[in-house]
Order: sequence, then C-alpha cells, then structure tokens
Amino acid sequence: MKFSRIVLIVGILCFAFGTFWQAVAPWLTLRKIPVKTLEDIAKDIPPEFFMLAQDYPVEFNKYFGKADKKSFMDALETGRDIYIGEVCWQCHSQCVRPVSKEEIRFGKISYISEYNNVMQLPQLISTRRVGPDLIRESGVHSNDWHAAHFKDTRAVTPGSIMPSYTWFFDKDGHLNKKGLSVITYVQWLGSWTKPSKYDLETSKPEAAKIEVSQPEAAKTEVSQPEADKIEASQPEAAKTEVSQSGVGKTKASEAGHE
Amino acid sequence: MKHENESLVNEDLIYAHLIASVVIVAIVFLAGLLYSMQFLYIYPFPGISFLSPGRLRSVHTNGAVYGFIVNGFTAALYWAVPRLTGKKVFNEKYVGWFMFIALQAAVLGTVFGLLHGDAQAIPWGETPWYIDPFVVVWLLVSLAQFTVPIYKHAIEKALYAANWYIIAGLVWIPMVYIMGNYFPTFFVPGIAGAAITGTWIHDAVGLYVTPIGWGLCYYFIPVILKKPVWSHSLSLLGFWGLAFFYPLQGVHHYLWTPIPMYAQYAAVLSTVALELAVVSVIVNFMMTLKGRAEALKDSIPLRWIYIGIVNYAITCFQCAIQVLLTTQKVIHFTDWVVGHAHLIMFGTFGFWILGFISYLWPKVTHRQSYSKAAEEWAFWLILVGIELMWIDLLAAGLVQGFMWWSLSPWMDSIRYSFPFWIVRAISGVLMSAGLTFYIYNFYMTARNKTVSIIQAQQAGGSI
Repeated sequence: MKFSRIVLIVGILCFAFGTFWQAVAPWLTLRKIPVKTLEDIAKDIPPEFFMLAQDYPVEFNKYFGKADKKSFMDALETGRDIYIGEVCWQCHSQCVRPVSKEEIRFGKISYISEYNNVMQLPQLISTRRVGPDLIRESGVHSNDWHAAHFKDTRAVTPGSIMPSYTWFFDKDGHLNKKGLSVITYVQWLGSWTKPSKYDLETSKPEAAKIEVSQPEAAKTEVSQPEADKIEASQPEAAKTEVSQSGVGKTKASEAGHE
Repeated sequence: MKHENESLVNEDLIYAHLIASVVIVAIVFLAGLLYSMQFLYIYPFPGISFLSPGRLRSVHTNGAVYGFIVNGFTAALYWAVPRLTGKKVFNEKYVGWFMFIALQAAVLGTVFGLLHGDAQAIPWGETPWYIDPFVVVWLLVSLAQFTVPIYKHAIEKALYAANWYIIAGLVWIPMVYIMGNYFPTFFVPGIAGAAITGTWIHDAVGLYVTPIGWGLCYYFIPVILKKPVWSHSLSLLGFWGLAFFYPLQGVHHYLWTPIPMYAQYAAVLSTVALELAVVSVIVNFMMTLKGRAEALKDSIPLRWIYIGIVNYAITCFQCAIQVLLTTQKVIHFTDWVVGHAHLIMFGTFGFWILGFISYLWPKVTHRQSYSKAAEEWAFWLILVGIELMWIDLLAAGLVQGFMWWSLSPWMDSIRYSFPFWIVRAISGVLMSAGLTFYIYNFYMTARNKTVSIIQAQQAGGSI
C-alpha cells in the first residue's frame, strides 16, 4: 500500500512538472505584459467602424445608435462572441507565423503583446486554416464586401466553401445586430498594426512606433510617418468626418492593403 | 470474498452505457458526413442557423469524446474494474445510475448548446461554459466510483498494470479539465492562454483517453487470448514513459506561434521521446499475441483491438515526425493534422471501443452475436474507410501546405483540395456503411432469441 501511495504522488508530480513547464511557466513569463481591457481597446477605434455607421446608417442607428466608444465596445464584444459561437475559429486562424512566407501573404508576424487583451480570452489562435488567417484582416476588404460575403459567400468569392450566414440579416435582407457586430470584430482584427488615426485619447508615441517598420506602411506614400496626423495620400482612401464621436477631425485611410 | 458474477458486475449499467455509446457514435458520424458535404458545395441545410456546418463540426468532435469514448470507456470500466480487483464499484444503484443519466444529460446539453451557438473557444472543450461544472462533478464522481474498489484491492495485493493506468487516467482528467476549461476562458488571455489550451488538448487525449484505453487493453487482451501479457516490466516502462512525457507536450499544437520557445522545444523533444513509451507498449501487446495470431481470425473484438494498436503505432510514429519544427512549417494548419487526429481518435481509440463493445454486448445481453458476416462487413468497411481518409488527408495537407508556402492565390489551395475532399467524403460514406452493419448486428444481437450457454459460462470467469 505504501508503494501505491508513492506511485500516486509521483504520478501527480509528473503531471505537475509537465503542466508547469507547458502551461504555468509561459504564464509566469508573460505576466508582466499588461492585459488590455475592452476600455483600453476602445481607445483606438479602427476607421472601418465609423465607415460601417456611414455605410449602414439606418441599421446602425437601430442597433447601436451613435458610432462612439460605447457602441464600439458593445459591437466588438458581441462580434467576438458570435465569432466564437459560430465556431469561425475552427476554419480561420489568428496567427501569422514567422515561417512559410506567411508575412508576405498576411502581413506583420504575430507578436505576444497583441494577444494580451480580453478579446483573446479565450485565445483564438486556432489549429486549422481552411480559410485564410484573419489576424491582419482589418481594412483588407470593405464593409460592403464583408456584408455581401456573409450573405452569399460564393457570389463574392467564387469557389469559396464558407457557409453563408443568412441569420446575420433581418427579413428584408438588411444587416442585423449580429452582422454589424461580426463585421466590426473582423475589421478590428489587426487594426492595431496599421497607421493609427483614431486615437481618441492622446497616446501617440506607441502608435507611431509600431508602424514605420512595416513593409506595407512603407509602400504607401506617407509623407511624415512620425507626425501626429497621418494624411493618406492614396486616391481611394476614405476620408471620414466623424462628428458624433466627439473628436473634431478624424481622417481614415485604408492604407497598405491591396 | 467470493462473488457471483451477477453481484460483482452490474450488467444493466454496462448495457445502458453501451447503448448510449453506439447511439452517439451514429450521431457523430452523421455530423461528420454532413460537415464533409459543406466542402463539396452540397450541404443540404444551408441557411439554417441551428445546422450551420461550423456548429455541427463541434458536435462531431465533442460528441466523439464525451459521448462515444467516455460512454464506451465507462461501460468497459464497469466490466473490467470489478474483475481486476474482485470488488464491486463504489455504488451501483445511486452513483452508477446518476453517472449514466448525468453523462447523457451533459452530452445532450452540449449538443444543444453547440447548435444554439454557445460554444466555448477551447478545442475539444467547446462544451458551453454552463455545462463545464457538471462535467467536473461527473469526473470526480467517476473517480470515486472506480478507484474505491482499486484502493480496497491495493490494500491486499499488488496492483496489476491495468489498474495503474486506470487510476492514473481517472486522477488526471479532473485536474486537466479544470485547467483547460477555466483558465484560458476566464483568467489567462492570449499567448499564455494558448499554452494552457494546448496542454489541455493534448492532456485530454494523453492523460485520459490513452491511459484508460491502454489500461483496458491490458485487461481485455489477456482475457480474450487467455494468456498473460508478455512482460510486466515493459508495461511499467510504458506507464512511466506516459506519465513523464505526455504532460510535457501540450504546446506542440501551437508551434511557431509566439509562445516562449522553451515550452515549444520541450514539447517537441518530449513528443519524440514519447515514442519510446509507445513502442514499449506496442511491443508488449504484439509479443502477447505471438503464437496466438490465429485468434484474430475468429475473435472480432480482438481484431478491432489489434488493428487499433497497429493504427496506434502508425500514428505515433507519424507524430514523432510531424512534430518537428521543420515539418510544422508545411503541415501546420492543414488537413494533415485532421487526418492524424482521425487516425488516433477513431482509428485507435474508436477501434478499441468498438472492440470492447462487440466483446461486452453479447455478454451483458446473454445472447450470441447475431451475424459474423455483419461483423466482418463492419470491420472491413470501417478499416478501409479510416485508412483511406488518413492517407487522403495527409496528401491534402501536403498540397495545401506547399501551396500556401509558394504564395499561390488562396482560392487555389481550396480548388486543389477539392478532389481530396471528395475522397474524404467517400471514406466517410464507407465508414458510415460499416457502422450501419455494426449497429445492425448490435441491434439484432439484443433481439437474438438464442441464449448462449458458453457465453454465459465465460462471463462468470475472471482473471
């Protein structure tokens, strides 16, 4: 009997050792990186959200009212929950690996701190890619593209095997709250790696720091990357005046994604 | 301390769990088949949110684990543990039936939760958050149910290897489940959460399904062959290899992500090292078969178990190769992984459970198996199906991986995968046809009028 007790203890110790190395130690290593709350995330609203309010004003007003920090937090969280509930994450990964030329296909290689926020609770890295990676999806497609794609995937991407999500639309075929939220979420993914124009609070130094090194950012003709306001010089870049958000002048650019 | 068979083993409980297992595996197959149709543009229920392919996929994976495998293992444990120990399980009348009803309720709740869109973003832990506490309670109750007789037995005698594995699996899984389902969901975001999730995915397979499966094989193989296992020491080597190396591997599901490299290197090395433990177990089982291989011809349960072991050897060898960081560059995120998962979860553990079921079902119904022909059809169709699926998805994975690497347009990787997905669906149809034969035989055996005296006598024996 004494022997079996030893066995039990050793067995649990083995488990503890493995769990420590694989699960606890990474946690301890990374614990000093601050975890962003939804409030922190909403300090930097991607321009696509304001464009969404303009593209679908009736629907947006019905479900969210004004396009501001509060409605962004609501839409983002709902969208994330739908992304999980519809199990999007089993066919779409959220990680650009440093191998297999993924940084050319998708963009900036994933780094630790971009995952340290409540939207990655639980994390959505995923283990399968039937469809493309989504962690750099923000601004790659327009809001209209996403709406049409959710309604009838193959009409937009011939040959796509993604199911159509008709329940993201109401009876008349207009986007409902689910649809608006999912688009908000998808357009948010990776927005933090793009030149930032919508810092509602004044936290410029970080935003400027990230962007300069990016190959895409270099491609677009940004005259003064380190300046506070980055003027988009591309012809198709959308310029959006958002008077509701309380910020006087804000300009958006879908820079660098082609 | 002498017990009659009737009092030692509660056959009604086994009967109930076996039926649940077989019914749920049919649902799991159906969900998998439907999901594979989405890849061929012929999904029959487009636009219905309850039957969205994404949600069905979770039903497929979670039903396989919590419904098919847990039910099958529990039934086999109700048979094996009292025989291994000479003691009854903790409590049959209340705890036993509570466990049965609670498990089916949890599975049903999970299925409805998933179809309603309440999934949790934990691979293999998609069980909605409101089901999780019940699963933990269930696991603790099952721990008490089966370790009490083993504990009583351990006071008197040294433990047989099967008991080691069974205790280990039952003790580990509640801890693993709590770690994997609560921490990444509520406390640990991002990369650290991914490390924990990976550990959960692998521990669920490695610290519950594998030890219980091995433990039950260490019971069923000698009983069916009527000879002892080849080497007791090898079984212990396998056990400690599993105990030491398995919990260290979790992160290999997230290689090349920003998880700290010390965790990734440990995961790779221990995965390769586990091959040692696996080989020791496989050698032990194969040497036990030596001289009695003819039995594979007559005994269908034995054949399920041994072909499962062959598949196990293949998968684990494959595992040691695919886990290398170089291989991961190509095959990660592709269908290769899906093929691997099917061969291990169904080709190995599923085969073992189908073997246990076809061994136990005639015994608890006191009938002879209805038709050898149906059993043969079931076996061969499912075997051909699973091997076809494995090879097909491996090839598909290589095609996808290299197409991504070569920066081909994304849609090309879908177009060139299409033929492979057709073959995958065909292999699913083959397996479903096999399962239909299996269920037909299962059902007809229960209705079989002839009571088998030999079977009834055999049922009285114990090792």
